[in-house]
Amino acid sequence: MIAVEREARALGSIVRRNFHLIRRYAGWEVVFLFYNVINTLTIGLIGLSLPPGQRAHTVVFLAIGALLWNFLSILFQEISNAVSWERWEGTIEYSFMAPIHRLTYLMGVCLYAVIYGLVRTVVILIVVMLFFHVSIQRADWIGALVVLTASALPFIGLGLMGAVLPLLSTERGAQATQIIQGVLLLVSGVYYPVSVLPGWLRWMSYGSPATYTLQASRQAILGGRALSSLVGISLELFLSGFILVPIGLFIFQTAERWAMHRGTLKRNG
Amino acid sequence: MDSKISEGVSAIECHGVGKTFKVVQRNKWHRVATITHAVKGIDLVLPRHQILGVLGPNGSGKSTLIRMMATLLIPDEGTIQVFGLDVLAHRMKVRRLINRVSVEASFFKKLTARENLAYAAGLYGVPNYQAQKDATRILERLGLAREKLVVPLENLSRGQQQKIAIARALLTSPTLMLLDEPTTGLDPTSRREVQDFVLQVRQEHDATILITTHDMPEAERLCDQIAIIDEGRFVAYASPEELVKKWGEGQGLEHAFFRLTGHNLDNQEQESS
Ligand SMILES: Nc1ncnc2c1ncn2[C@@H]1O[C@H](COP(=O)(O)OP(=O)(O)OP(=O)(O)O)[C@@H](O)[C@H]1O
Ligand SMILES: [Mg+2]
Repeated sequence: MIAVEREARALGSIVRRNFHLIRRYAGWEVVFLFYNVINTLTIGLIGLSLPPGQRAHTVVFLAIGALLWNFLSILFQEISNAVSWERWEGTIEYSFMAPIHRLTYLMGVCLYAVIYGLVRTVVILIVVMLFFHVSIQRADWIGALVVLTASALPFIGLGLMGAVLPLLSTERGAQATQIIQGVLLLVSGVYYPVSVLPGWLRWMSYGSPATYTLQASRQAILGGRALSSLVGISLELFLSGFILVPIGLFIFQTAERWAMHRGTLKRNG
Repeated sequence: MDSKISEGVSAIECHGVGKTFKVVQRNKWHRVATITHAVKGIDLVLPRHQILGVLGPNGSGKSTLIRMMATLLIPDEGTIQVFGLDVLAHRMKVRRLINRVSVEASFFKKLTARENLAYAAGLYGVPNYQAQKDATRILERLGLAREKLVVPLENLSRGQQQKIAIARALLTSPTLMLLDEPTTGLDPTSRREVQDFVLQVRQEHDATILITTHDMPEAERLCDQIAIIDEGRFVAYASPEELVKKWGEGQGLEHAFFRLTGHNLDNQEQESS
């Protein structure tokens, strides 16, 4: 068997496993999705409380924030929780003992996170469009898609760094990923321009890839800016992804080695 | 199997293997580091095609030793070679040759056996149809009804889960099987079925097997060689007959085990920092 084929099969089996898990937790999936939809709608409704002239713009502004944050936080969460989940189930030693490259394992986790995040976000998008009768025909969808893809990369990198924490410390690690997610939500300008942040917080917004994604998507959808004007920002996001993903990978592998020294891979027995 | 094993090489070769764990805990005002010398200076040469039993009291280092052979733990001292390949330098190649069954079954508990096996086999590049076919055959042999394969694993008994864990390890056709208490929690019939199966696997797959167990008759039945481990050290290494002859005083392997491990000192030191 060719090595590539073997790795591809392994990657596929990781994605498939996660979809099997979703099916088993289908009840929860529906509940979470329902909550997400409601949450997005209530945030959009804030826009309707404004004078008529500002409504449409604000609703779309808020909806973009809610949708994108939904996608990016799913990405971050799924990747950073992959390890704690396997540890909790006790399967981590089996997954890590398999003769595949760690990159393959992590790519499987990321691929699943992207598919899952996209599906959920699209469902919410459809509900939002029906509910608010938003007309976004002018929008540059291709541009938005380019930005979305570009922003997935740095978030995958951040997710990989987050995934390391539960390897180092079971409980603290999982707690820390929640905190990181909270901080990203605060500083990235999800529901407001980052310019409203107090000065001592604003500098942090430059460090979050989500800030750039949100800005660019809003320009693309609200401003109907041409694709060409987004090339710059997408390039920046791609570049930060190309830096963050290898760093995340390196940190992950270092942490795995450390865990194999300390014996923190297993849960018990 | 694409990695060739050269003739005449031993299945496992350990030289001076040691592992120490340090667990730091907060104890009211200061931190206490508990240092456990789990494995100390283990030397071992296991020829191919043999079944080696590792017997020892709880906490004597059996699972730790197996984890180091399985590339899950990095030894602090010494070297381990599996079929002539160093477990640190050739991790990937070693992983291709081995598989392990642990005491706890370790599955995604909400998923069915079929789904769990599909995942495990997929990680080793085994096509799913093949994995499912083999699993059905193996589990039938181990006395697990076919309809049990499609219910969530959390609804199966411990023994049933353990059988699925054994099938999972075999799906990847390992040349070296590391069995960490594979029959703990099984009823006498199932235990016998697993034992027969282990012997059959050795025969048919040309596998080498390292097994730990707390069941003395099982060790006598299966093992060509037995290593008794106590406080992280091998205190005896011989065939079951030799052990009984030398240490059993005519009262069997269990008596030999008591004599070789019969003291209750703790192998832990406490250090305050
Ligand atoms: N990851 C770990 N971190 C800290 N201490 C550990 C770790 N793994 C094992 N130990 C300690 O090392 C010693 C040996 O443990 P091990 O699990 O190897 O014993 P065992 O012989 O398999 O016991 P049992 O028969 O109960 O399975 C024990 O004192 C245990 O507490
Ligand atoms: Mg053990």
